[in-house]
Amino acid sequence: MVDIKINVQNSDNSVTTLEAPTDMGISLMEFLKGNDYDILATCGGMALCATCHVSVLQGFDALPPITDDEYAMLDTLPNITDTSRLACQLKLHPEMDNITVKIMGDGN
Amino acid sequence: MITTDLAIIGAGPVGLFAIFEAGLLKMRCHLIDYLPQAGGQLSEIYPKKPIYDIPGYPTVLAQELVDNLLKQAEPFHPTYTFGERVETLEKRGEADFVLVTNMGTEVHAKVVVIAGGLGCFEPRKPEVEGLTRFENGKGINYMILDPEKYRGQRMVIAGGGDSALDWSIFLSDICSELTLVHRSESFRGAPDSVNKVMKLAEEGRIKLLLNTNLTAVDGSERLESVSMINAKTQEKTAIATDHLIPLFGLSPKLGPIEKWNLNIDKNAIEVNTDDYSTNIPGVYAIGDINTYKNKLKLILCGFHEAALMSHSAYKYMNPGVKYTMKYTTVNGVNEF
Repeated sequence: MVDIKINVQNSDNSVTTLEAPTDMGISLMEFLKGNDYDILATCGGMALCATCHVSVLQGFDALPPITDDEYAMLDTLPNITDTSRLACQLKLHPEMDNITVKIMGDGN
Repeated sequence: MITTDLAIIGAGPVGLFAIFEAGLLKMRCHLIDYLPQAGGQLSEIYPKKPIYDIPGYPTVLAQELVDNLLKQAEPFHPTYTFGERVETLEKRGEADFVLVTNMGTEVHAKVVVIAGGLGCFEPRKPEVEGLTRFENGKGINYMILDPEKYRGQRMVIAGGGDSALDWSIFLSDICSELTLVHRSESFRGAPDSVNKVMKLAEEGRIKLLLNTNLTAVDGSERLESVSMINAKTQEKTAIATDHLIPLFGLSPKLGPIEKWNLNIDKNAIEVNTDDYSTNIPGVYAIGDINTYKNKLKLILCGFHEAALMSHSAYKYMNPGVKYTMKYTTVNGVNEF
């Protein structure tokens, strides 16, 4: 079992580091929700609602490539950044170790 | 005015199944949904996606499930109000509730069942200073209901999705001046719409501003101008306009339910798991909109909640009446 570190930048700019399992087939969205972050994930992880929008502050290049569907959904958002992704489309993987994300989606 | 036994807010899968469960107990239902059709998220967001965890269906398409639920509810002749949002809920006495929608429709019910899923889908707003100053008829809208309203007027549309493209094409014939502002270099919408917009821009019928973000809105009584910045060149511009329509998709919000004095925890309604009743006697909450210990947001859990709610609602409506549970396998489904 390989655990990785996921850093989350909070709204006050402090950073929380979380240990995440990579052998359970869960997405970054599911992991963040499981850690009580305010993510709605209305569509449940199908890249259809854009409520799990994150901006990747560090480690963007280590992520799997963005699909057309994911990009099209991100493109509807008013606050997209150059390193925006939908957390539901990012399955936790050893190569994602030590990425830093900021949650941008509509929270609770 | 509509009179019913159960007023069900939300016509998603759980609201629809509640009609059936209530129907078995001879209670009539009226459903109200902000969306223009039944099915909730299933029809609106993912009609063509397969669902694998409905008991008895190894796989079923979301829309197929909705169609089947509608059919299952048919013998009980439910009535519907679509495209309206319930704004107020008032209790006038025991088993006497009055609900009023944003369009003024009044529903009188003995019991209220909130099956609102994640709430209403409301337009996403960009983070631009002063935006709220010009809402409510002062120049800024987030959806277009009557395009004729914009005839001969100047308009700025912001956004890069299909709705921004489609409305730009449509309104280019109606507005005297139309500017489409998009954050990035290119559009990812339907290729046909993208080509049409590009062609209209070449012909000078749409002013297209790419790599551009809105920064501010100005005006005295009404909206008069929109300021923006080019993300590449950092060049700032202001465009004089009568209307601004930001089109950035929809996002779910709890909405007016928040103000009904229900106990709410993290955007969900707290319920008693004995019967999914809320803190207001006669008001129930079922499906994704409720919360309790070990809550799972699954359709199948919502179905269970609908069954328990119905039996409790029956007792609430008929105090003192003894009722024995009957099985459909023994009694069938008796239309009324």
